[in-house]
Amino acid sequence: MMEKSRRRFLKIAGISALGLGAKPVLDVFASSEEDVVVEAPVQEGAPHVTETEAHHAATEPRIMRSPNAKVAPQWAMVIDTRKIQSHSDVEPMIEACHKIHNVPHMPDKKHEIKWIWETEFKHAFPNLASEYMAKRVEHLGLPVLCNHCENPPCVRVCPTKATFKNSQGIVMMDYHRCIGCRFCMAACPYGARSFNFFDPKPHIEEENKKFPTRMRGVVEKCNFCAERLAVGQKPACVEASNGIMAFGNLHDPNSEVREIIHSNYTIRRKQNLGTRPAVYYII
Amino acid sequence: MPNKGQKLYDKDKVIAGLVIFVILATFPFWFNLGKAASAPELELTEKAKAAEKCVRDTQYMRDEHMQLLDEWRDTVVRDAKRIYVNERNVGYDMSLSNTCLDCHSNKAEFCDRCHDYTSVNPYCWDCHIDNPKEAK
Ligand code: SF4
Ligand code: SF4
Ligand code: SF4
Repeated sequence: MMEKSRRRFLKIAGISALGLGAKPVLDVFASSEEDVVVEAPVQEGAPHVTETEAHHAATEPRIMRSPNAKVAPQWAMVIDTRKIQSHSDVEPMIEACHKIHNVPHMPDKKHEIKWIWETEFKHAFPNLASEYMAKRVEHLGLPVLCNHCENPPCVRVCPTKATFKNSQGIVMMDYHRCIGCRFCMAACPYGARSFNFFDPKPHIEEENKKFPTRMRGVVEKCNFCAERLAVGQKPACVEASNGIMAFGNLHDPNSEVREIIHSNYTIRRKQNLGTRPAVYYII
Repeated sequence: MPNKGQKLYDKDKVIAGLVIFVILATFPFWFNLGKAASAPELELTEKAKAAEKCVRDTQYMRDEHMQLLDEWRDTVVRDAKRIYVNERNVGYDMSLSNTCLDCHSNKAEFCDRCHDYTSVNPYCWDCHIDNPKEAK
């Protein structure tokens, strides 16, 4: 009876909220993106912590970041498609991501779950594709993923704040809160989100026991490898990309990604929509 | 109309009915009388025994592990902070699968016994694997 009560409560609350008139409610949910205050705030430069007993006086329990965590106000990615020769250049990125994140291979294409996938220029950039265009680009498979938009429509429509923009600019999913209403899927102009119509577990080939799976009835997508950044690693797809992808702090003018963006002509997907994607492409 | 001094019609039937009702209504109580399940015995894995100390002291963990896990969940997912430093100044990765269940890898003899006894059914294991060590 009490099973799944939190999701159920949110479901009912979400539906009731809609009844109050969608517009003001959605506006309320869209504002106040302030991070939740932690009970025991951590001072910057907190002591180095090890698994072994430290010889410090007893203190109040507190919560902190790992000392080697990578931090940025807005993470961004640049994909240099000039370096892509064929499908076998993109495949390893997809493999790496889907393997470590327990993304299932659904047998039916209609129920496909994907965090990063390959698509042609005309689908990735429909407003830029022409009838006649460079042969190399025309049928090239480009890697596409969630753009972690700076102005994300998916966040604005989510009635439970299961989708939110975190302090690092990552558009995160809190699967504990997702009620599966799929508003976010309708709002995302990039198809970056997938819905679990079925229990994904039986379709995960080799489970990575260090990372959670999802359950039936929630939406999922790329998390910019938040769990890897937290321990100082780069995203898995970037590591597997053989230099095709670059990753860094968009707001730091000296970062690797900014340097690439400054010295190359880059485009973003459907930027006329005003979502301000944080994934840049060099064609 | 005042009913003073009037007799109760079908007295026998009414009283018999009341007695049956009371027996039925209290049935669960006396049926289970004297056979309350005994408090569950928990088993610790070798690893948990060797560690000696949990994230917090045993009584706190017994009473409040759910609040602790709830706080961990929200801070990890929503605040991107993943290290919990306890009052002994020992840091832990705030991860159910990778920290808690690494020591307590015997879900059936540890988690389930109390959860079954108290009839709670947390859905953590829908997504968080119960034993990371069983990976081949
Ligand atoms: S790409 Fe889609 S899912 Fe990702 S942040 Fe932008 S709108 Fe949201
Ligand atoms: S389906 Fe999307 S919009 Fe609905 S609760 Fe889940 S994340 Fe939010
Ligand atoms: S950033 Fe991480 S989660 Fe996103 S596509 Fe790359 S590997 Fe997957």
